[in-house]
Amino acid sequence: MKITLNNRPETFESTSMTMGELMRIKNFTYKKIIVKVNNKIVEPHEYDSTILNENDIVVVLHLLAGG
Amino acid sequence: MDIQKLKAEQKLLKAWSYDWHPIERGYNNRTLYINVGSNEVSEKPVSQEMKDKFVGGKGFGLRLLWDATTPDTKWDDPENEIIISPGPIGGITQYSGAGKSLLVSISPQTDSIMDSNVGGFFGPFMKFAGFDALELQGKADKDIIIYLDGVNHKVEIYDDPGFAVDSHILGEELTELFAEDEKDAKNIGIVSAGAAAENSLIGMLNFTFWDSKRKMVRLKQAGRGGIGTVFRNKNIKAIVARTSGVKGNLNNVANMDMITKVGRDYAGEMRDLDDKQNQMKKKGTANIVNVMADYDLLPTHNFKYGTHDDAPKIHSDFLRDKWFTLGINDACWIGCAMQCAKGADDFELRTGPYKGTKVIVDGPEYETAAGLGSNIGIFDYHPIIEANFYCDTYGICTITWGTIVAFIMECYENGVINKEITGGLELNFGNVEASLELLHQLARGEGFGKVAGTGVRQMKKLFIEEYGADADFLNDIGMENKGLEYSQYVSKESLAQQGGYAMTNKGPQHDEAWLIFMDMVNNQIPTFENKADALHWFPMFRTWFGLQGLCKIVWNDVTPEDNKFEEEPHKIPKHLRNYLAVYEGVTGNPLDEAGLIRQSERVYNFQRIFNIRRGYGLRKHDAQPYRAAGPVTVEEYESRAERYDGQMKDIIGIDPTGKTTEEKVAITRKYREEQYEKLLDAVYERRGWTNNGVPKIEHLKEIGMDLPELIEVIKPLQ
Repeated sequence: MKITLNNRPETFESTSMTMGELMRIKNFTYKKIIVKVNNKIVEPHEYDSTILNENDIVVVLHLLAGG
Repeated sequence: MDIQKLKAEQKLLKAWSYDWHPIERGYNNRTLYINVGSNEVSEKPVSQEMKDKFVGGKGFGLRLLWDATTPDTKWDDPENEIIISPGPIGGITQYSGAGKSLLVSISPQTDSIMDSNVGGFFGPFMKFAGFDALELQGKADKDIIIYLDGVNHKVEIYDDPGFAVDSHILGEELTELFAEDEKDAKNIGIVSAGAAAENSLIGMLNFTFWDSKRKMVRLKQAGRGGIGTVFRNKNIKAIVARTSGVKGNLNNVANMDMITKVGRDYAGEMRDLDDKQNQMKKKGTANIVNVMADYDLLPTHNFKYGTHDDAPKIHSDFLRDKWFTLGINDACWIGCAMQCAKGADDFELRTGPYKGTKVIVDGPEYETAAGLGSNIGIFDYHPIIEANFYCDTYGICTITWGTIVAFIMECYENGVINKEITGGLELNFGNVEASLELLHQLARGEGFGKVAGTGVRQMKKLFIEEYGADADFLNDIGMENKGLEYSQYVSKESLAQQGGYAMTNKGPQHDEAWLIFMDMVNNQIPTFENKADALHWFPMFRTWFGLQGLCKIVWNDVTPEDNKFEEEPHKIPKHLRNYLAVYEGVTGNPLDEAGLIRQSERVYNFQRIFNIRRGYGLRKHDAQPYRAAGPVTVEEYESRAERYDGQMKDIIGIDPTGKTTEEKVAITRKYREEQYEKLLDAVYERRGWTNNGVPKIEHLKEIGMDLPELIEVIKPLQ
């Protein structure tokens, strides 16, 4: 499956995955995060129920700006 | 120690009284000048132009230092100064993080202009006593203690009858000496250094705050660039400020309602959101230790790598669950809801002069955990906290010390230095005993510890000239720029952060620009123009906090629930609006984002030109060690070969197949070094500077900073 993640093309072997699985694969562990799929905000409790599809545009904004 | 006996022995060298008047909308409109060589004490007026151009805080410090010194003044010349200034917002208690002081001096490490920010009580108490800045000049013959009595409105200078040197004891002694009783201890703020500050170029200054719950003195640090060394070189043992109490509206602000409204709102965010976000109240800034490890950004073994198999052993949960005392007000200034100044109580020391003593340790903060931990191969919080304690009480910067020890360890493991040179210390990565002994040696002013206290730049020179080290290798791995050691983030995969470090006015400290996630992870700033713009507005935000007396952490370490709907969520726009309201509430002057950036630009360009005036501040001084940009060694490359090979193929356009690692290291290096030069071009243009990094005269005119003394410096370089 091909998606765009933070303006970069990403290819995964599986044909489908949830947003939660993507977060785990990419090891996105930081908590102050904004997630958008095709410009729609996805709340943390929706990660595991949000199915990603081919050519989806995913944005994961980490709001971290240093210690 | 018998404090009363010492008090009886203390000799008054100078007493000076002044007329106190209330602060007007955040300003006293005067500064205090003390020459510790001649014991001259006087006050200087603050003009409207000074407020308009320099605002306060770091701006006031730079203006005063410029006027007090010449281009040739050295750090240990009597005319060098230390200026402490909190800024117009500094000292309010109705909005979080408003107790910062900014220190400015000529640095023993960089020979140029250093600034460092710190919490604690001294800055606000000095302001309540009647002054917007304290200017310390001259050099005393022997140790002295300066007392700024904000209750009786006088300044006194005493000789030192033999108080302790190290800050955790000295702070307690002087609090007992100057407070009328235990209840009055909360009205005392102290500045002090420590034994290692006397024997090194990397000394820092501790600012105390009284912890009323624990009933003890706590310490916050103005760490970077050796200002503590300047302090002890002037033979100042301590400065003490006393106030009659913090209450109500001591800043006499223009509109308190504006401030309390946003202050309460912010405190509500901390109450409701912090526990599910960063947990600043439980972990402090160290909450990101594991985050950095997860994203391959935690400096490990002198910045070679961004994580380690043992990194989970220093997960921030251990600090929360085992080391930090929770449920206690850990604010380093009154009214701060962030409360991130965490403390490890009843910590029993295993080494050094205080072995066996149980103490409170302030921290570790993130930088300390990384610098005294992963970067020197130590993944155990006990030795990290022990080194944290000793760095603090000895008066040296934990960030600087961590990067110094990491450099030494890499040199040791590569045979650049050996046991004969180190006096028997086996300084391999992870050697707890040797690294702590090195620190104690520094405090005693002996052995290889004293060599370490000169910093990475001086050690590179020594190792090359005396021990025949490979200069290219040392320049690649020695993590310093402008003479200052890097703070604790791996910048290899973020070109913007490479600029954020090496283009910084004072040297590579993260408090100016921190763009790693916006760049590397979020990919929000993919073009050179995007990066250059971020390297404009971000440092200007952070500079502004340093003009006002504000903490940078409060801006973005908690995020409002509705921030996700903002157009520029990375700027945390609601908090930016809060700051504009607080500024107007204090001064009565409306300000918008453009005005905020303009205030910062003026001071930022002034500081750049101040560097140029001293023979620095040009493009060549913004060069970075290659370790900050990419893999220096074969082992570094091969540890992330998949990443680097992929970039070579997809971004550089060269097929890595069949190439040796050495060839691939060289190809990667050539590309990354070219990228950095292009970044410099773009940033200089965005900032209104020439291709050599010199502010253009027309830009200074545009921002209202075309002062004749600045034009004189830059005109020949246009």
